[in-house]
Amino acid sequence: MSRPDVAVMDYGMGNLLSVRRALEHCGAVVAVTADPAVLRSAPRVILPGVGAFANAVAELRRRGLDAVAREIAARGIPLMGICLGMQMLLDESEEFGFSKGLGLIPGRVVPVPAVTAQGQPQKIPHIGWNGLVYPRGRTSWAGTVLRDLKPLDAVYFVHSFMAQPADHGHRVADCLYGGVPIAAVIGRENVVGCQFHPEKSGAVGLQILRAFLYAESEVLGGA
Amino acid sequence: MRKIRLIARLDIKGPNLIKGVHLEGLRVIGSPNVHALRYYQQGADELIYMDCVASLYGRNSLGDIVKSAAQDVFVPMTVGGGIRSVEDATYLLRSGADKVAVNTAAVANPRLISDIARRFGSQCMVLSIEAKHIGPDRWEVYTDNGREKTGLDVIAWVKQAVALGAGEILLTSVDREGTRKGFDVPMIRAVTQEVGVPVIASGGMGKPSDVLDAVLSGGADAVAMADILHYGRATIGDIRSAASAGGIEVRAYEPA
Repeated sequence: MSRPDVAVMDYGMGNLLSVRRALEHCGAVVAVTADPAVLRSAPRVILPGVGAFANAVAELRRRGLDAVAREIAARGIPLMGICLGMQMLLDESEEFGFSKGLGLIPGRVVPVPAVTAQGQPQKIPHIGWNGLVYPRGRTSWAGTVLRDLKPLDAVYFVHSFMAQPADHGHRVADCLYGGVPIAAVIGRENVVGCQFHPEKSGAVGLQILRAFLYAESEVLGGA
Repeated sequence: MRKIRLIARLDIKGPNLIKGVHLEGLRVIGSPNVHALRYYQQGADELIYMDCVASLYGRNSLGDIVKSAAQDVFVPMTVGGGIRSVEDATYLLRSGADKVAVNTAAVANPRLISDIARRFGSQCMVLSIEAKHIGPDRWEVYTDNGREKTGLDVIAWVKQAVALGAGEILLTSVDREGTRKGFDVPMIRAVTQEVGVPVIASGGMGKPSDVLDAVLSGGADAVAMADILHYGRATIGDIRSAASAGGIEVRAYEPA
């Protein structure tokens, strides 16, 4: 196989076929692998994930892939976490007690509020299509993986927990669930995370993956 | 407000997309994935694949269809029919499914609901219910594609299943299925009033505006449609327009 354009970290959980197919649809040569050498030499890496936070981190660690992810991030290689993979980029999670994440973006993972901004009960998990909006203070997605999108473009979410970056500037896009802002895309230099599933978000999701694959700048999550 | 999902439902028998009336009298419509791609391109928010014979004959032929769909369909896929174990669910999720729908095996062994939910999360575990109206405000759960009575009351079963970890309900009215007479709105309302998880209304959609009844009167979170799409009576786009015009929030979608 020729050198992959992107490596998808396989730590034994979740639906990697869909991520692979979506990346291939965007024209990429994809390696789905747990091999640290392949991951280290890939020009871009995706950290996917479904399931529970503690399990996923344990599976990463068991394979030594937590250290590989940190190393990749430190070397400036573009790294995208998807869904639980995004949550793992943070320092820690409150899901089922308390677990440590990769610490690549400061902050924590907390439950999606079970009440709306107006105090009405709302359904958990947050499942379905929701539009992306600028977080307070942001007016553009230029230089991020959302560069080809416009506000309110809808993507597909399935989650019960959400990222809460310590630094508001790391919020690239939010969505509103019951009027409560939820971090939809977070980013810090070459590390970016999507709470939603770009591989399940139709044409809009494919635009995000294409931007990640073919970004000229290594700054994906904004400064 | 939450966005209502418009879901194309593909009932499968062997290699074929089929459609029946009351889940019986099955007719071959064509290739599942030709239709799947068409509905994806029309802007379906999700797809549901249901293998209507797997639970009778004990085979699992869906994997290949789903794998092949995953090549060019990039919206969530729910797959059901014949799932009896966590291993069956694992296989389908690895084949590109995002959620599994379980009916017959969950009735026989409710613990399967917890086992799947614990392994993959509740959002992956869709309880499929095939129900028939049996009296005022009473509906009975059927299994094996609407053939076998269970004696279970729909409302009691839904509550039990949600307590066990079911994250979503696919609620099919056997009475209405394939009839084009509109949804069984009282049943949908009875279920949505009882549980906090999303409910997908299925069975009976005759015209695009039927969506309004299921959602506004029934409280459904999503609507599954088959007949109306397969026979070309409406496109997803027509249904999306009818939903918007009726005051329902749906995903903004511009066909490529």
